[in-house]
Amino acid sequence: MTQQFISDRAVGLKAPAPAGKSRGVWPGNPVVALWRTTIGKKAVMAVTGVILVGFVIAHMAGNLKIFLGEKAFNEYALFLRTVGEPLVPYSVLLWIARVVLLASALLHIWAAVELTRINWAARPRSYAVKRSLATTAAALTMRYSGVLLAVFIVYHLLHLTLGAVGFSSGAFSHESVYHNVVTGLSGWFVSIFYILAMGGLCLHLDHGIWSMLQTLDLNTNRISRRLRLLSRVVAFLVFLGFIAVPIAVLAGWLGPKE
Amino acid sequence: MNLTLRIWRQKGANTPGEFVTYPVHNVSPDMSFLEMLDVLNEELIVRGEEPVSFEHDCREGICGSCGFLIDGMTHGPRRGTTVCQLHMRSFQDGDELTLEPWRASAFPVLKDLIVDRSAFDRIIQSGGFISAPTGSAPEANAILVPKESSDTAFDAAACIACGACVAACPNASAMLFTSAKLTHLNVLPQGQPERDERTVNMVAAMDREGFGSCTNHAECEAACPKLIPLEFIARMNRYVYRALLRPHRHPLAERIAPGAPSRAR
Repeated sequence: MTQQFISDRAVGLKAPAPAGKSRGVWPGNPVVALWRTTIGKKAVMAVTGVILVGFVIAHMAGNLKIFLGEKAFNEYALFLRTVGEPLVPYSVLLWIARVVLLASALLHIWAAVELTRINWAARPRSYAVKRSLATTAAALTMRYSGVLLAVFIVYHLLHLTLGAVGFSSGAFSHESVYHNVVTGLSGWFVSIFYILAMGGLCLHLDHGIWSMLQTLDLNTNRISRRLRLLSRVVAFLVFLGFIAVPIAVLAGWLGPKE
Repeated sequence: MNLTLRIWRQKGANTPGEFVTYPVHNVSPDMSFLEMLDVLNEELIVRGEEPVSFEHDCREGICGSCGFLIDGMTHGPRRGTTVCQLHMRSFQDGDELTLEPWRASAFPVLKDLIVDRSAFDRIIQSGGFISAPTGSAPEANAILVPKESSDTAFDAAACIACGACVAACPNASAMLFTSAKLTHLNVLPQGQPERDERTVNMVAAMDREGFGSCTNHAECEAACPKLIPLEFIARMNRYVYRALLRPHRHPLAERIAPGAPSRAR
C-alpha cells in the first residue's frame, strides 16, 4: 500500500492520468451516468431480469392451459391478441409486450457481455489452486446457461411463434395453437432440446432471481437464506411447469384429435 | 509438525514467477502461519537463498497488511481470521500447502506473495473528505446517531482493506471493500453532506482501477476476515441509484485521485 510503488506504470497495464485535478462533473442524465458504472450495468441486468422473470412465470402459467383442452387453449391464445379491445385495437397490447420483452432481452445480453468483458479483464491470470466457499454451480454457469437460453429463444420464436422451422408447409397455423404445440413437440429431438433448455432456465433463475433481488437492494443478512430459497423454489416450479408440456406431448397425453 | 510448502516466487513486477517447493521441519502447532514462514526464511537466509517476501505489520489481525491464498483460500481455511492470526494447529502434520498471492489486474504482484494494493488507496482518496469537526471532542449528544446506524457503521468500519474480497471473487471485484467504506460513512448523520458525491466518485474509482463487477457469488463474504456482509453491496447499489437518480440542483463533481489510471473502456 506504500506510495513509492507506482507499479501499474512499471507493469505497463495502464497509462497514468493527469494527476490531481478533477476531470469535470458527472453527466446530468441519470441513464448515461448509470451506464458508465458497473453498478449501473448490473442495475440494467436486474431490472430487465425482473421483466423477463415476470414474463417467464406468466408464460409458464399460460402454457398449462393446454391441459384444459384444445378449445380452452386456443381461446386463451386468441385472448392474448384481443385483450384490451375495444380500448386498444387487435393485438396491439401483444405487440407492446413483444417490443418490451425483446428490448429487455437485448439490454440484458448487452449488459452481460459488457460486464463479462470487464470481469475477464479483471483477472487475466487465474489461480493455480482456488477453492469456492460460497458460490453455487448455477452461479458459476450463468454465462453458459444464458447463451443456451439465447439460442433457445431464437429457435423457439422461429419454431412455435413463426412456424418457420420444424413444420412442413401448411402444418403451422396461427389460429390452431394447440395443434401447433402438439405437432411441433412430437419429435424426440425437439422435445429433448426444449427440456434441456428449460433445465438451463432453471439454473439461470436459481441464481438470477436471488441475484436480481440483491442487486435491487432487497437483501439483508437476516433474510438472505429465505431469498435464496424463494429463488430456488420459483426456478424449480417454472422448470416443472414448462417441461410438463413437452413431456405430456411425448407421453401421448395431449392427442391431436381431442 | 513437518510441512511441504509450494510457494509462488516472483523476483519483481515485470519478471515471470513460478511455484517453488520448500519443506519446513519442526513446526510448532502454536506458531502463527507467518511465524512458520519466518522459520522458513531463517533457513533460507542461512542457506544463502532469497527469503520469501510477504507483507505483514501488526500480526494482530487489525492492520490489513498480510494476506495470501493458502490452498486456494484467502487467509487460509479459518473463517473470519487473517493469516497472521491463523495458527499451525489448523493444519495437519505432513500437509502440502500451496501459497499464492492475490491475483487481479488491479493488484499487480510486486514480489513473491506481495501485491500492490494502492488501487484501494485511490478508491479511498476519491471519496474526499467529510465535514466533521476535528478539534476538541464535540458534545456527545450534539448529533443524534440511531443505534442501528451506529452498529451498521461499526460493522462496515471493521474492514481492514486486506484485499481478500478481491482475491476470492471470481470476477476480482472490489465491491465488498468499496461498499464497506461507503456504508461506514453513508449510514451516519456526519456522512450525509457529501454522500452522493462520495458514492459516485468511489464507485467510479473502483471501476477505473480495473476491478470486476459483482455477480453475487458471495465468495467475498465467505473470504472476509472481518466478516463484512454481502448486504453492504446491495446497500452500495442503492446509494448509487439514489445519487444518480435523485435530481440535483448542481451537477455532481467528479473527483479522480492522483495517479489513478485513465479508464480505457
